[in-house]
Amino acid sequence: MSAVREQVRRRSEAPARTRTFVITPVLVVYLALAVLLVVGSVLVGVQGGVLLDHGGILNILTRGTVLGLVAIGQTLVIVTGSLDLSVAYLVGLCSLVAAETMAGSPAMIVPGVLAALVVAAVVGLVNGLVITVLKANAFIATLGVALVLRGYLEHNYTGPAGSVPRAFQHIGYDRIGPVPVAALLMLLLAAAAWWYLRRTRTGYHMYAVGGDVDVARLSGVRTGRTIVTAHVLCAVMAGLAGVFLAGRLGSGAPYVGTDAGYDLESIAAVVLGGTALAGGRGGVAGTIGGVLILSTLDTIFDDLEMDSFFKDVVRGVVLIVAVALYARRRPARRST
Amino acid sequence: MAVTHATSGADDPVAVVRLEGIEKSFFGVPVLRGVDLLLHAGEVHALVGENGAGKSTLLKVLAGVHRPDSGRIVVRDAEVSFATPRDAQAAGIAIIHQEFTLLEHRTVAENVFLGREPVRRGQVDRRAMETQTRRLLDWLGEDGIEPGTEVARLSVARKQVVEIVKALSADAKVLAMDEPTAALADNEVELLYGLVRRLRDRGIAILYVSHRMREVFDLSSRITVLKDGAFVTCVPTADLDTDQVVRHMVGRPLDALYPERTSVPGAVRIALRGAGNERVRNLTFDVRAGEIVGLAGLQGSGRSAIARAIWGVEPFTTGTVELDGVPTRVTGPRTAVRKGIGYVTEDRKGEGLALRQSVRDNTLLVRRAACRGAVARQAADLTRLLGSVGVVARGPHQEVRYLSGGNQQKVVLGKWLAVRPRVLIVDEPTRGVDVGAKQTLYRLLRDLADDGMAILMISSELPELIGMSDRILVMHEGALAGELPAGADEEAVMALATGHRPGAVA
Repeated sequence: MSAVREQVRRRSEAPARTRTFVITPVLVVYLALAVLLVVGSVLVGVQGGVLLDHGGILNILTRGTVLGLVAIGQTLVIVTGSLDLSVAYLVGLCSLVAAETMAGSPAMIVPGVLAALVVAAVVGLVNGLVITVLKANAFIATLGVALVLRGYLEHNYTGPAGSVPRAFQHIGYDRIGPVPVAALLMLLLAAAAWWYLRRTRTGYHMYAVGGDVDVARLSGVRTGRTIVTAHVLCAVMAGLAGVFLAGRLGSGAPYVGTDAGYDLESIAAVVLGGTALAGGRGGVAGTIGGVLILSTLDTIFDDLEMDSFFKDVVRGVVLIVAVALYARRRPARRST
Repeated sequence: MAVTHATSGADDPVAVVRLEGIEKSFFGVPVLRGVDLLLHAGEVHALVGENGAGKSTLLKVLAGVHRPDSGRIVVRDAEVSFATPRDAQAAGIAIIHQEFTLLEHRTVAENVFLGREPVRRGQVDRRAMETQTRRLLDWLGEDGIEPGTEVARLSVARKQVVEIVKALSADAKVLAMDEPTAALADNEVELLYGLVRRLRDRGIAILYVSHRMREVFDLSSRITVLKDGAFVTCVPTADLDTDQVVRHMVGRPLDALYPERTSVPGAVRIALRGAGNERVRNLTFDVRAGEIVGLAGLQGSGRSAIARAIWGVEPFTTGTVELDGVPTRVTGPRTAVRKGIGYVTEDRKGEGLALRQSVRDNTLLVRRAACRGAVARQAADLTRLLGSVGVVARGPHQEVRYLSGGNQQKVVLGKWLAVRPRVLIVDEPTRGVDVGAKQTLYRLLRDLADDGMAILMISSELPELIGMSDRILVMHEGALAGELPAGADEEAVMALATGHRPGAVA
């Protein structure tokens, strides 16, 4: 073998230790977030405001909390090579289940939360089983479940229902300094999800199934079980988001999830965070970065009192640029 | 330890796996009819047969993917029945598939232990994974691979090593390797040989499936031949020669594998003048009508880069290309097709065929894309086209993924014949194709040349290249190293390909 080729090979097969120097998507996301905070501070500053004051930080974190919860779950299913489009309706449904079960009684807080999470888990189970047993494409399967949920919500609710006791509303508003307690809980769950994906067997198997489902199956991974687990966990995270929103609003609201567009928004955050939509690569750390970018953008827009149509345009452009950048990063797989 | 491994004639080799009278049908079509197979510890046992002879099905029965309709599988004196691949794995049987079962974006260790990750206190024990992976790599003498490296960063040969380590980590005693050299570069094949021998010396039974007779004779101690799903014979390799094996496989003597060179070269069809790009440089050569010009070189020498440049995938940036005497710039495959250049890619499944589409749609793909108004004549033409390339399929509507490699390749050729190119580039035209179909493809290529097509043929199988070519161009590190006449010997080609000038001191 020629010296040149040997050299090329050495370089391309450098041991993992040298990879610390490689720019990972996660790093890119947080760099982008930092740049965004600086640019945003300048822009807001020019108009005489302060982006990262007490209210600004609170705003960013509060916006990020619900989207974060949903996006953590979405990360699990996307890493597994699936997708969940039913989360937005599920958020609304779970807010109703929680608020109606509590019905204003402090004694019913725990049952209310549990009921909402059980409903969420069941919906996730249905999602997972439709995909694995009926072999429906995840996109269609979860879209179908979303339509079923919408039908149920539209038939039974016209507006907010149920009532959340004052004690539980604290969860929505308590904070330590400028940091909402709920945001801390969300970050705690993100850390748990990170650990789950990176350190447990099921997490390993999620990456495997998302990377190549046939390879995973041939290696003895129970692929169906893995996909179902991811969907249940995703739904439970959406359920938590619903419970949190119920606490914040004081009641359940059927369209609280869809109005905010948590289905596509969560997918956007995941993709923005560097997780491959095809599955098998990425993770929660990037997703949280993606969530913070989106909520920071919103806060900047609010501070600048920007036109809402323009906001959407900017968000769209940011998303496309991010995905295009990741596509560019992918090394050419062609070997002569 | 090398002394203990069984060779032909040994009295008491240890039987690891015995298959007896295995039968298997799909939809009423018998694929295996009473196949016997006996594998000893520490032997390399070759399994040969044409495509469709039942080799892959037999492998899948052994691997627990398919359950036999009848017959016995005996592992170390105990009859077993595999419901899933997991069962076969547990019995110590592992298959190294042609397509690797590795996750590109996970590390070596993560791949090796996929599905069997060791757990310690609720967490995957990554340290144990890496240590054990390293131990296995050392055991195989492959210390150039780091357990923590992402698989995507490894060369194909090293991926194969990882694949083998993955099997060994599941305590495999039997390794079935399906065409293990198909994806390897020439210089990597030797490394695989070494690896296979080391595995054998460590007492692993290896079932080696290959179309390449040279590998079979280099490595195996016994050969089992299958034909049409039936067991033909099992003989010590030393008692056979290539011709005899081929005769067993084909069932008839294979008269001259390569057709005679009958054509007289005509006018220059394609001429490169100092052409080059990032991968190749300063190429000057002609291919004439009626000529098959072979293009030799080690993997990575720029062989395929020439093809991709002529065809416009990665166009030439310097020099000129003339087609029938007219300077032409090919900027992409579409222009190439329009200018009458056809390209049979080396990656048949990835680039040559739309696997889930029918024989018909694949055959007409190029014509539909490049020609107007031809649609009306397509139906009648198709039968003629498929007939002329000799595709054996259930009908024009069968999806091509169900065809054998040989028939798939015929469809690819048919696709190009549909637009009657003036220049045809074929890259590894017989990769993964059995002997019988090879002969047909060779005949076909020669007939096309006789009809006035200019053919540039790339191949890493030297016998084929030498047998087919009217002239051989040899590439070395992106440039032409020299030209050899028809019938040049392999040493001459290799000397140029490896950069040793004839007569020069190494």
